[in-house]
Amino acid sequence: MADLSVNVCGVGFKNPIIPASGVFGYGREYEELFPLDKLGGIATKGTTLHRRTGNIAPRIAETPAGMLNSVGLQNPGIDHFIESELPYLLTKDTVILANIAGSTPEECAEVAAKLEDTDVHMIELNISCPNVKQGGAAFGTDCTMAAEVTRRVREATSKNLVVKLSPNVTSITEIAKSVEAAGADAVSLINTLLGMRIDINTGRPVLHNNVGGLSGPAVFPVAVRMVWQVANAVNIPVIGMGGVSSGRDAIELMMAGASAVQVGAAIFTDPFAPVRIVEEMNEFLDSKGIASVRDIIGTVKPW
Amino acid sequence: MKYTQGQYIIRAKEAIARNIYSFTIACPEVAAAAVPGQFVHIRANGFTLRRPISICCIDREQGTLRIVFEIRGQGTEEIARLNKGDLIDMLAPLGHGFTIDESFRKVVLVGGGIGTPPMLPLAKIYGEKAVMISGFRNAQAVILQDDFRATGAEAVLCTDDGSAGIHGFVTQPLKELAAQGGIDAVYACGPMPMLKGIAAICGENDIYCEISLEERMACGIGACLGCACRTKRNDEEYFAHVCKDGPVFRAEEVIW
Repeated sequence: MADLSVNVCGVGFKNPIIPASGVFGYGREYEELFPLDKLGGIATKGTTLHRRTGNIAPRIAETPAGMLNSVGLQNPGIDHFIESELPYLLTKDTVILANIAGSTPEECAEVAAKLEDTDVHMIELNISCPNVKQGGAAFGTDCTMAAEVTRRVREATSKNLVVKLSPNVTSITEIAKSVEAAGADAVSLINTLLGMRIDINTGRPVLHNNVGGLSGPAVFPVAVRMVWQVANAVNIPVIGMGGVSSGRDAIELMMAGASAVQVGAAIFTDPFAPVRIVEEMNEFLDSKGIASVRDIIGTVKPW
Repeated sequence: MKYTQGQYIIRAKEAIARNIYSFTIACPEVAAAAVPGQFVHIRANGFTLRRPISICCIDREQGTLRIVFEIRGQGTEEIARLNKGDLIDMLAPLGHGFTIDESFRKVVLVGGGIGTPPMLPLAKIYGEKAVMISGFRNAQAVILQDDFRATGAEAVLCTDDGSAGIHGFVTQPLKELAAQGGIDAVYACGPMPMLKGIAAICGENDIYCEISLEERMACGIGACLGCACRTKRNDEEYFAHVCKDGPVFRAEEVIW
């Protein structure tokens, strides 16, 4: 049994696997299938200051080796999260990353401030949601805006602050350096890639929002590349995600430089994917005689 | 157990109409937990998203479920390739089913096309107290009529082109039955325009009505919020989720 524990900016995780924000709700639905303490951490559904109803359906479309979604940050609001969801999650022996979003830097800061008096372990600031009209990706695709929103949230919280980055940019390393300079403790990447499908029988986009975020195995090579580039560009930890569906994928992303790994769309194909991936990582490490998963972080040997 | 995921043996496979297949699946723990109106979420090899398929028959004694589905696209085409003896990967049973009330004396079940199979478990429960109105495009698309008659329910068949049964839509016989009165509940599944018409008839005649909806779905258990449906509860608009809040809704909850 290899040592699977990792540390991300001072927070200890029993293993590197974290269900990504948006696929896992606030955990209750998957707890019917497996105990939540098998997970390294949980990134909760993106939560905003006020309740959001989300986008009109269809919000989901199948794509080659992946899927599109345009849920549009439907959530019950931060007060409900703090009162009704977070206390329960905090009884579980796993790291809780509260994913937050907002339409303005002030809103993001206000949401973060409300979490200040809770025992949540980390805040994951979403500056990369492709499915909302204001905020979201608008923050994440511009270095000045990304730095501004990070700075405002940094001022509002003493919690560990992870900033979740968009891949829909010319240079993700520039954005990463901007949020590092503005006070982020870590970055997580990649959020979904903006995509579109059209039903050729009706001429209508499959998604009612017309466009949506692409995830699943199709985006995995993009995730590996971006995690590698960002890990080499910043001095803060990187949490990797994007199309991870096996232990081998998770190992690959950690070799690229990720200190922990989030799992998203794979859970729709296999609801046990996060726990299966932990087991597969352990098998791989044992087969190679590697004592600790920490020993593989960033060990890729580029040509 | 509320739901579980596993691989189960397909005991029987039958092509019952063009592009429509029936699987009988040995899954005792799922059959024990399943109720009418629920669905199973089936993994299609090579695809990211599972496909939700309604439950057509729950046999607790045999420990089997029957599903009947139509090839609608590549995912269902892949599922249809499975054969007797193969394993099928299901996350099941899922969703909120139909309300069953033993005190009802007369109920009308309405199924349109591939919306017909989820009505069969209700026909088995209500038997002679049920009238089952089925609608199909044409005679070639007709399914499950013998199964419905075997339950003791009165089976009324409609086709769009008149090639079998009544020439017309299911709403016509429903209107006539509603006018006669004495109906305690209407249960329906099928295309949205059909459900909208049925909800309107039930509204006009003050008949309790439950409908089963479908939507593009990802997790199937209420976590991802993908399968949104506009509903109204306590006068407040709310995007409910077909997988967890539904697939069965009270007709007056749905905003059409």
